[in-house]
Amino acid sequence: MGKKEMSTYHRPFPNTWWLKRKPYVLFMIRELTSVFVAGYCIFLLVFVYKLTQGADVYGNFIDALKSPSSVALHFIALAFVLYHTITWFNLTPKILVLYKGEERIPQGLVAGMFYAGWVVVSVIVALFVLGM
Amino acid sequence: MAETMKLEIFRYHPEKDNEPTFQTYEVPFLEDWVILDAINYIKDEIDGTLSYRWSCQMGVCGSCGMMINGVPKLSCAVFLKDYYPDKIRVEPLTGFPVERDLIFQMDDFMTKLTEIQPYIIRNKDEEKPLDEGEYLQTPAELARFKPYSMCINCMLCYAACPVYALDSTFIGPAAIALGQRYNMDSRDHGRDARQELIASHEGIWECTFVGECSAVCPKDVDPAAAIQRAKVSSTIDWFKDVLIPWGKKK
Amino acid sequence: MAKSNEPIWWSLFSAGGMVAAMILPVLIIITGILVPFGLVDDDPLNFERIYTALSQSYLIKLILFIVITLPLFHWAHRFRFTLVDVGLKSVSTLISILCYGGAIAGTIIAAIIFLRI
Ligand code: SF4
Ligand code: FES
Repeated sequence: MGKKEMSTYHRPFPNTWWLKRKPYVLFMIRELTSVFVAGYCIFLLVFVYKLTQGADVYGNFIDALKSPSSVALHFIALAFVLYHTITWFNLTPKILVLYKGEERIPQGLVAGMFYAGWVVVSVIVALFVLGM
Repeated sequence: MAETMKLEIFRYHPEKDNEPTFQTYEVPFLEDWVILDAINYIKDEIDGTLSYRWSCQMGVCGSCGMMINGVPKLSCAVFLKDYYPDKIRVEPLTGFPVERDLIFQMDDFMTKLTEIQPYIIRNKDEEKPLDEGEYLQTPAELARFKPYSMCINCMLCYAACPVYALDSTFIGPAAIALGQRYNMDSRDHGRDARQELIASHEGIWECTFVGECSAVCPKDVDPAAAIQRAKVSSTIDWFKDVLIPWGKKK
Repeated sequence: MAKSNEPIWWSLFSAGGMVAAMILPVLIIITGILVPFGLVDDDPLNFERIYTALSQSYLIKLILFIVITLPLFHWAHRFRFTLVDVGLKSVSTLISILCYGGAIAGTIIAAIIFLRI
């Protein structure tokens, strides 16, 4: 029998694929948290910049933190950054695979260590920044 | 026939159709039927022209993968009753060219499996003569790669992977997991040989850790984790190369 | 197949992601909730205090510098692939240049600002 090229049908794969199923939507949200991560880092950079501009400029900047728009932006950023933190720690045990003899250390335990570390780091940072 | 259910099935005939169509079939609803049972019923009783792949009917051969309402599944492992009374939409696995109806072309996957060199590679001078017996392995050494060896090549993970669907040059989940299966085998020396492909851009670096490959895998192979771990070890290699260039063997 | 330089970007992405996950939430809570709502005694972010802390300790400066710049690379890498994943692969080189270039520019600007304290 001669070999004949079979004609195949290639289905289009729309660029909106990530809207089609919930896990994909969650993935996209996870990826977009990076925008808020970077946004907040730029805010921190502005903070340091204002610091170099003297007490008055800096004081105005700190006062502006009380404005509703600043607070609203902070809340939105917090939601996304927390989502980043949670997804990050939940995926870490997939990469950090630890064994004790033949037994794999449960993923929940590895993630738990990161959550515990997170709490400790947060408390240290808070105590330090707030000067208590 | 008491209760029935509707299946909406993707149809494509390479010699007759330019575009695929959907055809709806009504099948009896039985509590203990899996979707593959319903499709076999259609083939035997309603429409003998329907083409699809299946064999074992027990989730081991990996040939009956289909998109069930947009989610890649083994059609022999999902029950009708989980969808009853709604209509079920059945399509060939996403990301692969369709040959006919639910049959897709798997050549690309087969090529990738061979390219990954999925067999134990020994250093030439470390090969024992046969009469010295087998290479022994401890249970702990076996545990390191055992999950990756459970793959049944069903390709559900490829169908779940948007990166593969967007660009099929990506080597993809199962092939990389299989590469890791041998890389982590204490008897194997082939990692460097496989690394050429795995550490290339088309290897692991295209992956954005969507994670759905692991979610749909019927054998808990966790290919997503295999890929991320390969990223870690390839990164370590890279830094070793850059920081201690004189340490290179080759 | 060419040896990939992705490991450098991926390791910056991972390090930045870890820093962001660990440290940013508490900072956002401080600047977005505790301070504006006056939930902490006297003003912890007052000029004198913060300026002295930063100008007198290289360690604190370095830590803050890292906290600001590493997550920029986290963003650059992730956002680059987000754009590729929504079908912009044909302009992937341009995307890489803009994303990593942005992170590098941010790092340089940060260095200049930090040197002025
Ligand atoms: S890794 Fe899982 S989903 Fe992928 S081919 Fe193997 S068994 Fe199927
Ligand atoms: S028929 Fe073999 S896995 Fe479904």
